[in-house]
Amino acid sequence: MTGASAGPGSVAAAIDAKKATGGALIGYLPVGFPTLSSSIDAAVAIAENGVDVIELGLPYSDPVMDGPVIQKATQRALAGGFRLAHAFEAVREIKARVPVPIVLMTYWNPVLQYGVDRFADDLDAAGGSGIITPDLIPDDAEEWIRASDRTGLDRIFLAAPSSSAQRLRMISHDSRGFVYAVSTMGITGARADVDAAARGLVSRLRDAGSERACVGLGISTAAQVREVLDYADGAIVGSALVSALDSGGVPEVARAASALALGTRLI
Amino acid sequence: MALRDASGPYFGEFGGRFVPESLVAALDELTSAYTEARADPSFRAELERLGASYTGRPSIITEVPRFAEHAGGARVILKREDLNHTGSHKINNVLGQALLTRRIGKQRVIAETGAGQHGVATATAAALLGMDCVIYMGEVDTQRQALNVARMRLLGAEVIPVTTGSRTLKDAINEAMRDWVTNVATTNYIFGTVAGPHPFPAMVRDFQKIIGEEAREQVLDLTGRLPDAVAACVGGGSNAIGIFDAFLDDEAVALYGFEAAGEGADTPRHAATISRGRPGILHGSRTYVLQDADGQTIESHSISAGLDYPGVGPEHSWLADIGRASYVPVTDAAAMDAFRLLARTEGIIPAIESAHALAGTIELGRSLGPEATILVSLSGRGDKDMETASAWFKLVDEP
Repeated sequence: MTGASAGPGSVAAAIDAKKATGGALIGYLPVGFPTLSSSIDAAVAIAENGVDVIELGLPYSDPVMDGPVIQKATQRALAGGFRLAHAFEAVREIKARVPVPIVLMTYWNPVLQYGVDRFADDLDAAGGSGIITPDLIPDDAEEWIRASDRTGLDRIFLAAPSSSAQRLRMISHDSRGFVYAVSTMGITGARADVDAAARGLVSRLRDAGSERACVGLGISTAAQVREVLDYADGAIVGSALVSALDSGGVPEVARAASALALGTRLI
Repeated sequence: MALRDASGPYFGEFGGRFVPESLVAALDELTSAYTEARADPSFRAELERLGASYTGRPSIITEVPRFAEHAGGARVILKREDLNHTGSHKINNVLGQALLTRRIGKQRVIAETGAGQHGVATATAAALLGMDCVIYMGEVDTQRQALNVARMRLLGAEVIPVTTGSRTLKDAINEAMRDWVTNVATTNYIFGTVAGPHPFPAMVRDFQKIIGEEAREQVLDLTGRLPDAVAACVGGGSNAIGIFDAFLDDEAVALYGFEAAGEGADTPRHAATISRGRPGILHGSRTYVLQDADGQTIESHSISAGLDYPGVGPEHSWLADIGRASYVPVTDAAAMDAFRLLARTEGIIPAIESAHALAGTIELGRSLGPEATILVSLSGRGDKDMETASAWFKLVDEP
């Protein structure tokens, strides 16, 4: 692990800084929803209200990992004229306003079309920390592994309850920043119970050598954040924030982040 | 290495598995179950038994001299997959995957469908083997193909209209993948074409390659030699790869895939993926894709719902790149002309998908001349297309 990706301001440092007091909150919002400028304001607002790492989603035409709330938001962003270049613009502007690390969440084809090296360079230049890749597994990621090693960007691969021990070792080894542990078998969206499978998966990830495991999918309340942080290093919230932004704009998403952040503090 | 031996996950630089990690275990399970099954004589025997006693295999070949007069006088021979139970080649793959589902011990199958042929075939196999069946179908397609929705429901399947994205085949695949990610412990995804993540491109090809294996023998028996060209329509490409496969290593046999050019390959409304797309990722596979500069998939268009797909199987992308097969666009208008021509000259109403191969064959025959023999995959029958044909040719009197 290089200094660039573990030093001050890095995703790893942001997560490690919260380890002693409970754990980190990672908040997802899509770029361009409801508009480019509002999406930037919303990301700044959640960072000012307790979110430790911003996960910026890039709208894509065929988002197989996303549930209805995020699909609806990203489809609106695409209909509203989202272009890939807006992602770098958003990262740059958010970084200028809040000192919180930003990772992109993107399906792989847009990166491939932009050019993997060019994408890595532009993200690095904009001040982004790395990429979460929902449909790129380490097995097919050779080009991205080279580009991220060269730039020092974080590579955040997903781990699932169904992943074998051998795959968890590969995922832990190839990830940098953290591993995105999928709490349940399924897609994004709020759920009443965050699956018990998440606890088992995080424990297996630790056995596989993972330094940081953050849990996502289905987390929508402070109580669920607290429950997850009992065993994981971070809790990732998406649909609940997107719903808040959709219903009440930037003030509402700020309130939602603030409420979720209560779950990150030790009682 | 013989071209026929390519078995994935990559075909040249195409293929792979661009999927969420949650699906990898299921794809691994499917790959190893399939690898065992294909080596197991009892699995092959069961599939052959169903082919002979249920599908109607081997399908016949039919020489069509009156049609061929319009194709430069070349000998034109049709491989009659339209005569299969359920009306198309789709049943070949579905029975294979349904038997595999039973072997894995899962009780629920899901599938995507565009025109409804793969959905009907899957619902049929589920009824035959007593499995629960859910079919995802774009809302636009459920309206275009209402009778096939009724067929699937009659067969006991649940049909879920998909209301996201363009509400067509590509979105139905996305929704089926979401279902599979969520229910993978109990559910097998019966994928309908040679696209998608490994092992689907190789596995679906293996279940369809019987088309070409039978046809190769049948043409040799009839004419005493191999055909000069083999033609098929290409959407995802399962009937095409099915008939191509047996000829891949016969260098003298030219292979032609006819893609849907819709209103014209140089208009924005077409589905000519290899002719007009570029390499990218769609539905878990690296392949040719119709996409914009940012890598967003572009909606395709074809009069034929079965060819209306902005991707294509990765093996076709590879065969195109190495020059082993040629992929040529055919417009809606040319396909409809060929559709009517086969009906009037030979008394056979083809699926509009297959009519694209017939239209391509007319041009091909004219360039190859009367000494040539062309084998054409007649992948399906046209009953399902009568509403489209009625509107196109104004066949029904206005009330």
